[in-house]
Amino acid sequence: MVLRPVSIGARIKRREDPRLIRGLGLYTDDLRLHGMLECAFVRSEYAAGRIVKIDSTRALQRRGVVAVYTYDDLRGEVARAPCAARMDETRDVEHPLLADGAVRYLGQPLALVVAQDRYLARDAALDVDVEIEPGPCVVDPLAALEPDTPRVYRSLPDNVNVRIPPEPEALAAVEKAFAEADGTLSLRIVNQRVAPVPLECRAVVADWQEGAQKLTVWISTQVPHQAKQQIAICLGLSELGVRVIAPEVGGGFGCKLPVYAEECLLSWVSRRLRLPVKWAETRTENLMNTTHGRGQLHDVEAAYRRNGELLALRGRIVAEVGAYASYLGGAIPTFTLLMYPGCYRVGACAFELVNVYTNTMATDAYRGAGRPEAAYAIEMVMDELARKLGIDPVELRRRNFIAPDAFPYQTAGGATYDTGEYEAALDKALDRFDYSGARAAQAEARSQGRLVGIGIATFTEICGLGPSSNANPLQRTGTWESAQVRVEPTGNVTIMTGASPHGQGQETAFAQLASDAFGVGIDDVRVVHGDTDVVPHGVGTFGSRGLVVGGTALHMALEKVKAKAAAIAAHLLDTTPDRLRFDGESFSVAGAATDDGAERRMTFREVASAAHLWNVPVPGQEPGLEAVARFEPEGTTFPFGAHLCQVEIDRETGQLEIQRYVAVDDCGNIVNPLLAEGQRLGGIVQGLGQALCEQVVYDETGQLTTATLMDYAVPKATMFPEIELDSTCTPTPLNPLGAKGIGELGTIGSARCLMSAVHDALAPLGVAPVEMPVTTERLWRVLREAGA
Amino acid sequence: MIPAEFDYRRPDTAAEVIALLAAQPDAKLLAGGMSLIPALKHRLLQPGVLVDIARLPGLDQVSERRGRVRIGASVTHGALERSRELAELPLFAETARLIGDVQVRNRGTLGGSLVHADPAADWPAVFLALDGEARCVGPKGKRTIPASDFFVGMLTSALAPDELLLEIELRPQRKRAGAAYCKLRQPASGFALVGVAAEVSLDRRGRCERAAVAITGVNPVPFRAAGVEARLVGGGLDAVTLGRALGEIEELDPMADLHASAEYRCDLARVYARRALLAAAERAVA
Repeated sequence: MVLRPVSIGARIKRREDPRLIRGLGLYTDDLRLHGMLECAFVRSEYAAGRIVKIDSTRALQRRGVVAVYTYDDLRGEVARAPCAARMDETRDVEHPLLADGAVRYLGQPLALVVAQDRYLARDAALDVDVEIEPGPCVVDPLAALEPDTPRVYRSLPDNVNVRIPPEPEALAAVEKAFAEADGTLSLRIVNQRVAPVPLECRAVVADWQEGAQKLTVWISTQVPHQAKQQIAICLGLSELGVRVIAPEVGGGFGCKLPVYAEECLLSWVSRRLRLPVKWAETRTENLMNTTHGRGQLHDVEAAYRRNGELLALRGRIVAEVGAYASYLGGAIPTFTLLMYPGCYRVGACAFELVNVYTNTMATDAYRGAGRPEAAYAIEMVMDELARKLGIDPVELRRRNFIAPDAFPYQTAGGATYDTGEYEAALDKALDRFDYSGARAAQAEARSQGRLVGIGIATFTEICGLGPSSNANPLQRTGTWESAQVRVEPTGNVTIMTGASPHGQGQETAFAQLASDAFGVGIDDVRVVHGDTDVVPHGVGTFGSRGLVVGGTALHMALEKVKAKAAAIAAHLLDTTPDRLRFDGESFSVAGAATDDGAERRMTFREVASAAHLWNVPVPGQEPGLEAVARFEPEGTTFPFGAHLCQVEIDRETGQLEIQRYVAVDDCGNIVNPLLAEGQRLGGIVQGLGQALCEQVVYDETGQLTTATLMDYAVPKATMFPEIELDSTCTPTPLNPLGAKGIGELGTIGSARCLMSAVHDALAPLGVAPVEMPVTTERLWRVLREAGA
Repeated sequence: MIPAEFDYRRPDTAAEVIALLAAQPDAKLLAGGMSLIPALKHRLLQPGVLVDIARLPGLDQVSERRGRVRIGASVTHGALERSRELAELPLFAETARLIGDVQVRNRGTLGGSLVHADPAADWPAVFLALDGEARCVGPKGKRTIPASDFFVGMLTSALAPDELLLEIELRPQRKRAGAAYCKLRQPASGFALVGVAAEVSLDRRGRCERAAVAITGVNPVPFRAAGVEARLVGGGLDAVTLGRALGEIEELDPMADLHASAEYRCDLARVYARRALLAAAERAVA
């Protein structure tokens, strides 16, 4: 008997890459449909104002221009832009597909030009005569909460989207803890607004077929099935008549989770013109009008005991939702509330959450979506507390960790953690980093006047959404995931997953699961995704759920198919399924041999063939070999990690050098370590980018200073040392794969880890904690003010 | 980020280029396109015709004759980074390595960078510090522009709209001379928040005989710090002397933007000038 090499756990290269690297991937903007027209948006040049006129006469005179649409054309035809997170119905505001009378943020779409090609469309867009009477605007979220401040909506004098007070019981517990505490600590903590900047900007192609009464929409999206539902609702169509296809998607990081006004509008235009239409976002549109992330300001107070035990947290979180509530934007900060206690035994937690409207682009999910903000805050509390008490930050964390035997653990934030071995991950990281050696070297460097800092972050996050009880009813779907497995007569396998990937590598990892289940080669497995007409209804890829929820659904479908295959094999081998063994490639009968002494066995491929030939029917079984499964998680998973880094700051210029970065992450069982490492490296660097250089900057008139990549600083490979990766493995009991999710984990810890090192480097100067991003000038100012 | 309509021409000779420029006043020369193409996409420029000179024969050579180095206008940053002909002038590789990223370096050209005269570009500082000369050709024939006259304003060089830059030429290297380029990169664009090219030559006793300090990224026009240079001559090149000479850079007229205030740029100019001079002095001794 030959045992096949097991593919799960193997470092298999991404099957997607050969086509993507050679430019052979098909992205939405690569589509060329017969008769297709292209579109350009006329967007508001003001952050706030009243539309006096939009005159498209001149634009329509241009040859090759087919139509120019404004809100007047849409009136009564379409509903508002999709929003699934209406946090407070009494404060709900509508975001029209094109501006209706008022503009509320820079770049708000005013009109859509449709022309023979994108060049003509852009020329004509510049010909549309727009007159806007600028109005007062408010950009700063704290200013927006002041009385007598400009209003984003006349109906909401306080600019509040939702105000969620702390639960009374939580508040009582917190007050009690504060009364008993030895001391308290107050901090203001800012997570600046950043732009997701996927390599592929957004793009939409909509194609209405009048004869079939069918709309097909190609979108660069993370959630094709949700997009199908929302577009159908917006246009008042039957979902049967809408098909959404997400072809190759070049990165999303959360910003392709919202279903956007542009996607609905293009769909409407195609139906109106009975022609295919395309819009591909420019990079400036992407920076200006694709949802931003983060944008939170915390005022937090911590109560502690002299021995460093953290007792309770309270405070207020002000979150920027922007000028309108994006698809899930309003709900993102609730994850911050949920995850505030991090990996510590915090007895009580009570926060007020205030979502604020400002005249800026809407915010929504961005890699981590609310959890990096929580991790940043609690880790900063830990560091500042360690400094205040004169306890080493590592020791302080040890004193507060949730113990490994305390799981499942109900936190004061309201989450139930599945498993965790926080100290083990931390020990591994400390060992790899040579923490005590690094501290000794730091002391030496400090004695020479050098600004060397060591940063630490130990963190956990919530992954693998559902259960569906967490889902928002307006999302029209739960948070389970679907998978279909279809075995062809040849034994080749087609997998269909509702977890539509946008760079995660599902085509590789999911094929590995099937390969091991059936003993077929990876190349004999095809993974299909992103087409709502082909793939059973699914939910999408976000919140590090691809493998955890989608992979588990696949695992279940594979098991169903395997059970049927075993029944067929048992029948053909004249035995019962319980006497069958599967050695990774074929079924055999335990201990039995045929009359001529050969083992009674059938390969999986032979069973697949038999299942379709069906010349030996199994009583009560249909022909064929396929199954659909849906996984509804019982709970969420909580991967975790411990990161350490070392920085040095140039005293003269403020220039920061990251000298070392060690990351020990634990995402439970891993299907493909190569994919997991890619996710971690990308995630870590994305978090470091926020700490180091990324920021969306609006001036006080609501103009965007960072509207090109010449001014919006994305992190570059040259800014970092080699990131040293290690891991521990603490599986979750919540799914049979034992996987916890890895897409966001790096981002959760890394921004804070770097800032922890920066604050540590500056500690000898006695300055207040500097905020992100730590640009050279910001550090230079701190150094100068400290007289360094 | 979609350009307006334009014509595209790719002539084979410099004479044809000059003729096209003369015939089409709204023509724009396209070499590597690293600054021009983004400007077109943002419609900051809307030329009627692009005249592609990237493959114009003879402009992509680096040569040396009797100590005088000539670098063709369409030599890319990447070629300068790797050039064997310039092994004796490490300043070029050092500067080239700090420009943009690999893709930009493989397309962008020395000539394009000089003529575009971006106030934060790197080559202008090197060109100024080495007292280079620009050889150009126009309808009236060839002429030579010294580096000191080349940068006349923000994004404006002395090259006339109907002229073509052919090459730059550098005088023979002095004895006991060293040069260095030090730069702080703007984190988004990679351009210089400040960039300083310094060249020093020492006398037999190790004192400064001549110093050139050229600064980019700070003023709207790259410049030589003449006062600093004068104060350095005759002295040693230790940190204390440098600190004194750099106490004031008289020419400073700083820009300010999101990435660096005027105040910060001024301070950076002093720090980076000192660092570039120290590195140059070290090479002069070695």
